[in-house]
Amino acid sequence: MSGHSTYQPKTGFERWLDSRLPIIRLAHDTAVSYPTPRNLNYWWTFGGILTLCLGVQIITGIILAMHYTASADHAFNSVEHIMRDVNYGWLIRYMHANGASMFFIAVYIHMFRGLYYGSYKAPREVLWLLGCIIYLLMMATGFMGYVLPWGQMSFHGTVVITNLFGAFPIVGEAITTWLWGGFAVDNPTLNRFFSLHYLLPFVIAGVVILHIWALHVVGQNNPTGVEPKSKADTVPFTPYATVKDGFAMSVFLILFATFVFYMPNALGHADNYIPANPLVTPAHIVPEWYYLPFYAILRAVPDKLMGVLAMFASIGCFFALPWLDTSKVRSLRYRPTAKLYFWIFVLACLVLGYCGGRLPDDPVIPGLKTFILGDSDPNSFVWLSRIATAYYFAYFAVIIPVLGLVEKTLPVPETIASPALSHPAPAKTEA
Amino acid sequence: MTLKLLSKAVFSKAMGLALTGALLAGGGAMAQAPHPEEPENIQWSFEGPLGKFDQAQLQRGYKVYREVCAACHSMSLLSFRNLGDKGGPFYAPRYPNSNDNPYVKSLAAEYEVDDIDSETGDVIKRPAISADRLPSPFKNEAAARASNGGSLPPDMSVLAKAREGGPDYIHAILTGYRDPPAGLKVDPGKFYNPYFPGDLTSAWSGDPAHIPHGGVIGMIPPLRDGLVTFDDGTKSTLDQQAKDVSAFLMWAAEPKLNERHQMGAAVMIYLLLLSGLLYASYRKVWKNESH
Ligand code: HEC
Ligand code: HEM
Repeated sequence: MSGHSTYQPKTGFERWLDSRLPIIRLAHDTAVSYPTPRNLNYWWTFGGILTLCLGVQIITGIILAMHYTASADHAFNSVEHIMRDVNYGWLIRYMHANGASMFFIAVYIHMFRGLYYGSYKAPREVLWLLGCIIYLLMMATGFMGYVLPWGQMSFHGTVVITNLFGAFPIVGEAITTWLWGGFAVDNPTLNRFFSLHYLLPFVIAGVVILHIWALHVVGQNNPTGVEPKSKADTVPFTPYATVKDGFAMSVFLILFATFVFYMPNALGHADNYIPANPLVTPAHIVPEWYYLPFYAILRAVPDKLMGVLAMFASIGCFFALPWLDTSKVRSLRYRPTAKLYFWIFVLACLVLGYCGGRLPDDPVIPGLKTFILGDSDPNSFVWLSRIATAYYFAYFAVIIPVLGLVEKTLPVPETIASPALSHPAPAKTEA
Repeated sequence: MTLKLLSKAVFSKAMGLALTGALLAGGGAMAQAPHPEEPENIQWSFEGPLGKFDQAQLQRGYKVYREVCAACHSMSLLSFRNLGDKGGPFYAPRYPNSNDNPYVKSLAAEYEVDDIDSETGDVIKRPAISADRLPSPFKNEAAARASNGGSLPPDMSVLAKAREGGPDYIHAILTGYRDPPAGLKVDPGKFYNPYFPGDLTSAWSGDPAHIPHGGVIGMIPPLRDGLVTFDDGTKSTLDQQAKDVSAFLMWAAEPKLNERHQMGAAVMIYLLLLSGLLYASYRKVWKNESH
């Protein structure tokens, strides 16, 4: 796809550099001449938005690290010192804390976009796998970041999550001790989490480079799922994609700024403004919103080890997806049945997220008591999570593989430009 | 019935393991007791995108804190100088460096703090200065508990952000004390408060379907009508004191709120203009390309 380079060094210096380190050529081929399908919609702007998010997290994070103290005795107060005494420290910290949420909003949209348009199918498997790795690294980074302010949720969230590893037979206890750096979550845990929280974003940046490299080898997918066949199907990245991405980023920043300036603590949990106290367990330990669907899957399974395995398997499904999908057609635009199941899957994920934030035994419909099924009333969040979890796994393990073989698809267009595009250009007069 | 037995049998083995796990156990106990009452939603001056603290209210709130709450609650993250910071209760434009603010200095000087004599190394007492932290009423946690029937008065520096509902919740606690309903056993030194989270199941001898909302709190009702005299002539009702001290605590927890809202307005205007410009460019660039 990348084709051969169209870069023309203009000045003497550019020619000199080009024969020694063709870095301007690389930038030109990546961000200027790169052909991009002309029918991309706004769901394709989230790649650029994600890059912006990573940049924001790294810059604000490095500034926070200049003022933060990674010590169980001082971490909480050092974050408050950032909020109160450091010039614009409140801004930097609120950007970083809310930036993590924005990052996850963007990554979820980006992933569901790929799911909908079949962007994981050949030849984009490696591209997709690299994306899944970035997502895993983001989850690890976000989790360790949330530990750093050393509030009540930081501390007890860490206890719950690290204890999950204790569910593994024989090695479990050794793993948790090793993770903690002792026999409980304490100062060594905080220190190593800070070290890794600083490191992982740069690992993410590295994998992002591979992700973009893979993208530029195979080219972007597009809403039709049909590969570009000729120049008529594409436009150069600059100015066409740059200006559209720029507009989308700016709108995204409005959302971001709304949180930072007007509701900076809305996505957080009040308990994290209470300094960590190992002796007082909060009534209701909940992780950050972006982990809630997985937390619900974990709690849906009555056995702890099986719950942990189910949680990891739910992420594993994304890795396996390219080999689970049997359909010849990429985009769900031409797969009406698959489209229906896709939207049910989105709903199941939202339901799981909702259940993850609730107490398992609380009723879904308030005040309705029926009977006890197994361990709880069927009108409870734990049972709702079980239904959604069952659908989640069925979607990957049964629906996607089977549907590709049996469904009736709609006719797929020959080329991107052949169907009537939604915004046709006025008739062109060739000069 | 058979379904119930069957599923019980299938699950019982697995559940024995799982229910002991911290994850599921966290939920079980709380589910039965009713949730505390919802705090009244108060219209604060600092709410909304243009909201800012009402300085007169912060001054009254500081007085309530100083004369009442400070007897039990510390506020260890604040220094006296913060009271004179921009947006704070005693900010005066003449003193951009709040350490120089004479009123703040006089507030500090009302307190005595420990220091070390640099000549002898002895512990000495001296009047506080603007740079000092607000002194805590108790030497340590044990002393605080000993004076409060075993309960610990929480530090108030970020209290308004550390509770769901923030200043609404604090106001509700302060004004929400009720006589316990008949059938509720309240230990001496504890007080029934329907807004305080808790589980009254074991203290309740009435109808098990109607366990009272809320819990018992270890704080004696701290405010009453006329307790604090406001210098600005505001009528000192219990409700007024509660509102003012809650606003003051919100300021203490979020002292940069005014600045944040101001900057937010500028950023929003900038981003809206930028988005408009980018959208216009987008339309122009793509004008002759079908997509
Ligand atoms: C006589 C000592 C005393 C005074 C004076 C006092 N408090 Fe308290 N306060 C306590 C104690 C003790 C607790 C802890 C109660 C518990 O945990 O059961 C407490 C708890 C609280 C809580 C509940 C925090 C929570 O955990 O949700 C709030 C809010 C509060 N105080 C506000 C105030 C305010 C505002 C004032 C001043 C108007 C004040 N207190 C004055 C002793 C006091
Ligand atoms: C992938 C990118 C990143 C994500 C998703 C992320 C996420 C988070 C989160 C969720 C918090 C907790 C915020 C809070 O509630 O207070 C946090 C805190 C922190 N992060 Fe990051 N972070 C990222 C990158 C970085 C980088 C690159 C650095 C340093 C170089 C950094 C340094 C810090 C520091 C010092 C804190 C503690 C201060 C605080 O809690 O506000 N982060 N991070």
